[in-house]
Amino acid sequence: MTTNLAQNNQKKSTPRTRLVSGIVLIIAGLAIVLLFGRNIQPGLQSTFGLTPQGDSNVIPIPDLVLPAQPAIYVLALVTIFLGAWQLARGIRSTNLLVGLVAFCYVAAFLVWAAMGRSMDLVGMMNTSLVRATPIALAALCGVVSERAAVVNIGIEGIMLLSAMTSVMLASLTHNLYLGLLAGMLTGMFVAALHAILVIQFRVDQIISGVAVNIVGAGASSFISNRYLQISNTLNNSGVFPNLAIPGLVKIPILGPVLFENNIMVYLMLILVAVTFVVLFYTRWGLRTRAVGEHPKAADTLGINVYMMRYVNVILGGMVAGMGGAYFTIGSVGRFDKLMTAGKGFIGLAAMIFGNWNPIGALGSSLIFGFADSLQIKMQILSIPIPTEFLQMAPYIVTIVVLAGLVGRVHTPAADGTPYIKQ
Amino acid sequence: MPPVLELRGITKSFPGVLANDAIDLSLEKGKILALLGENGAGKTTLMNILYGLYKPDKGQILINGQEVVIHGPSDAIARGIGMVHQHFMLIPVMTATENVMLGVESIRNGIFLDKAKVAKRIQEISKQYDLEVDPQAYIGDLPVGSQQRVEIIKVLYRQADILILDEPTAVLTPQEVEGLFKVLRSLVASGKSIIFITHKLKEVLAIADQIIVLRSGRVVGSVDTKSASQEKLAAMMVGRAVNLVVKKKPASPKDVVLSVKDLFVRDERQNLTVNGASFDVRAGEVLGIAGVQGNGQTELVYALTGLSPLVSGEICIMDKPVHHTSPRNILERGVAHIPEDRQKHGLILTFPVQDNLVLCTYYQPPFAKGLALQQKIILETAEKLVEQYDVRTPNIFVPVSTLSGGNQQKVIVAREFSRPIHLLIASQPTRGLDVGSIEYIHSRIVEKRDEGTAVLLVSPELDEIIALSDRIAVMYKGQIVGILPAARINKAYLGLLMAGVKPSEALETTPATIQEAEVERVF
Repeated sequence: MTTNLAQNNQKKSTPRTRLVSGIVLIIAGLAIVLLFGRNIQPGLQSTFGLTPQGDSNVIPIPDLVLPAQPAIYVLALVTIFLGAWQLARGIRSTNLLVGLVAFCYVAAFLVWAAMGRSMDLVGMMNTSLVRATPIALAALCGVVSERAAVVNIGIEGIMLLSAMTSVMLASLTHNLYLGLLAGMLTGMFVAALHAILVIQFRVDQIISGVAVNIVGAGASSFISNRYLQISNTLNNSGVFPNLAIPGLVKIPILGPVLFENNIMVYLMLILVAVTFVVLFYTRWGLRTRAVGEHPKAADTLGINVYMMRYVNVILGGMVAGMGGAYFTIGSVGRFDKLMTAGKGFIGLAAMIFGNWNPIGALGSSLIFGFADSLQIKMQILSIPIPTEFLQMAPYIVTIVVLAGLVGRVHTPAADGTPYIKQ
Repeated sequence: MPPVLELRGITKSFPGVLANDAIDLSLEKGKILALLGENGAGKTTLMNILYGLYKPDKGQILINGQEVVIHGPSDAIARGIGMVHQHFMLIPVMTATENVMLGVESIRNGIFLDKAKVAKRIQEISKQYDLEVDPQAYIGDLPVGSQQRVEIIKVLYRQADILILDEPTAVLTPQEVEGLFKVLRSLVASGKSIIFITHKLKEVLAIADQIIVLRSGRVVGSVDTKSASQEKLAAMMVGRAVNLVVKKKPASPKDVVLSVKDLFVRDERQNLTVNGASFDVRAGEVLGIAGVQGNGQTELVYALTGLSPLVSGEICIMDKPVHHTSPRNILERGVAHIPEDRQKHGLILTFPVQDNLVLCTYYQPPFAKGLALQQKIILETAEKLVEQYDVRTPNIFVPVSTLSGGNQQKVIVAREFSRPIHLLIASQPTRGLDVGSIEYIHSRIVEKRDEGTAVLLVSPELDEIIALSDRIAVMYKGQIVGILPAARINKAYLGLLMAGVKPSEALETTPATIQEAEVERVF
């Protein structure tokens, strides 16, 4: 599958595009100097914390201290060098190029923001992962159902409803696991409804998805206003505690980022891995992909197209339900109306950016999560950019990423089209 | 021994159509049975019944003398019936191995796909029947011929004894057809039985043991190949005697209508595929462009019709240059275009027949008055054209996608020929059509020529080029390597030019054959 992915992502670069992109890169490198490199007092340092403060679990390692001005100049030079290399020889992988340049920009920005201060880099990476969790679960729901060619844009609505039901049941029973189960069952039921509408009755998949979103937002807001905001017994569940994995948590950097989270983050990571293996290495996955690419071919080989689609959409709904539950019982312990704030849609963007591949979806969710955690950090560091702009970061990243992606990913060929058996 | 497969009285009707009417047939072990019939005669319906995709209204299916009921493709597969569909049922983004194993996956360790095992089995089948295929290749990267081999392997992998091939040669080049026939022969030699669906007479005579001819859902004849001839089969298929030779008077060419000088055009992948082509077409003549597919013909036509820009060179239509001219502007000058891919460039498939019939002129009076379409006039015109051009359609309001290929092509011909034209650009005008439709479209093209239209005919079918053209230009690697009057060439010479042999050398190797053209068409 990786080869397939590469095939789709690498376009032949013509001499002209090489020339243009090379020049753009050199300008981008100069822009780094202009944006971040001006008016820096020489000798100012940026400190990045690599060991969380007050965390006794981790083997401590020294902080990363960079002289601000030289570091920014080096990053600018790397970008300019990449541009020159592109002009002279050409770089084969556009993805690699874009990735490297994006890295240079983000690094330069961080050095600039942390100038003369200390920034908890490990903490920020951990926040990225935590913030990416609901996005990744939403994306995974998208992958599972769209690989079988059913578009589910109702993920946002599903997550809202699940967030609500999970906190209610968890508050009532004082059992977070029952809350999680309630969230997943809610997701399952709503997805099943969507599946029946679009598979059995061939309702337009977008319309059905929009309906799910409207119902999800409306119903959860109503119930929240009417009951949850008043009654504490229904809307006070507590959250899953962080669970340090013995041994692994001691690893510097990796430990505090990966192995000291609550159970839902681990569940998400496991689900991503399992979905990847199932999708590409098992019978179920092969059939799912076949149904999403060419349902008629699958049908002529005796595969039950409808059954495959139903099960995938419903399983996807359970995953999205888990993502919804994360907002309440995995994060703040109470429900507020519209608290998912578009994460379901960002999840769909992550799915597309990840080329309908679970690992890719996780990777792009992490980018969105990083944008989110960066924005939080910047507010704390009170850098001279208005908060409102900083809060836009994840959404701006979404737009930029999707705009740059046109024609570079492979959508399942039958995605969004109902199958009509003769 | 009972026949491998026997159908008795199979009847199937769709709303308004009796697709199969009490069809009987039997297939002997190790034989090739050809099912011959025009498009829409009910061949594919019958085979879809056999494969479990449709349920018959009446009738019995017997396999090895035992009556069976087939509920779906899995039933058919379980009973040893395999089908190679006309439109391949392959998934382009998957490998050959994945496509072959789909539905009957080999599993190791309980859950994981065992691709290695399947790939090995594919290689065994490849070797046994001479079906060369790379198991690891992605289907989308393979040429059509290889894709078909994967389809056949897919069927053999499921241990089918009865293979149904639906129009297997429609998409193949002549060389690939030869390869396919070799494979079919080796299959029957090893005891498999084959049903071969086609409307091409030549192929039936070349490969089949027994021929069953269908017309309008009925069996109109069952003949032994030895006692069959093309004329006889064609007449059975169409229901009347068919003219296999195009009758035409000598051309009387007049002024130059289309002139092309040093034309260079790039294809979608930015490769130069037309490399300095030059030629003229005069009013009242047919210039045929012969050549193996992929030698720049497609891009040449795109440039002439304004579908793609020219890199350099000159195109003049009616003495006016074409450069950055929109397709609409070009057709308003009196150019008609029968495109190579009728479903992609010729029709809007989801639109009704009536709208497709006025696609070139809907914005002009009398079809439009200001911003409003004149539905009544469009409707009347469409009714008239359907009648005049013999388009077989239930009515003019059905989507054009529901028509058979031949009738879709007639819609295009009706649309293009019903407006005043000076130049007709016909690209593979009879691709995939049956005898009756071919005869019809050929006679219409000749008729247009006699009315004084300049005709540019592009076709990889040499027989068609020879039958229709007054002059023949051979295109090779984007250049016109020679233009000769049709009366002076024969196939052998043309074939050499098409293969890239220089005209002078080609003449030397075929000195005695430059004589009166054999104006004969073989299907």
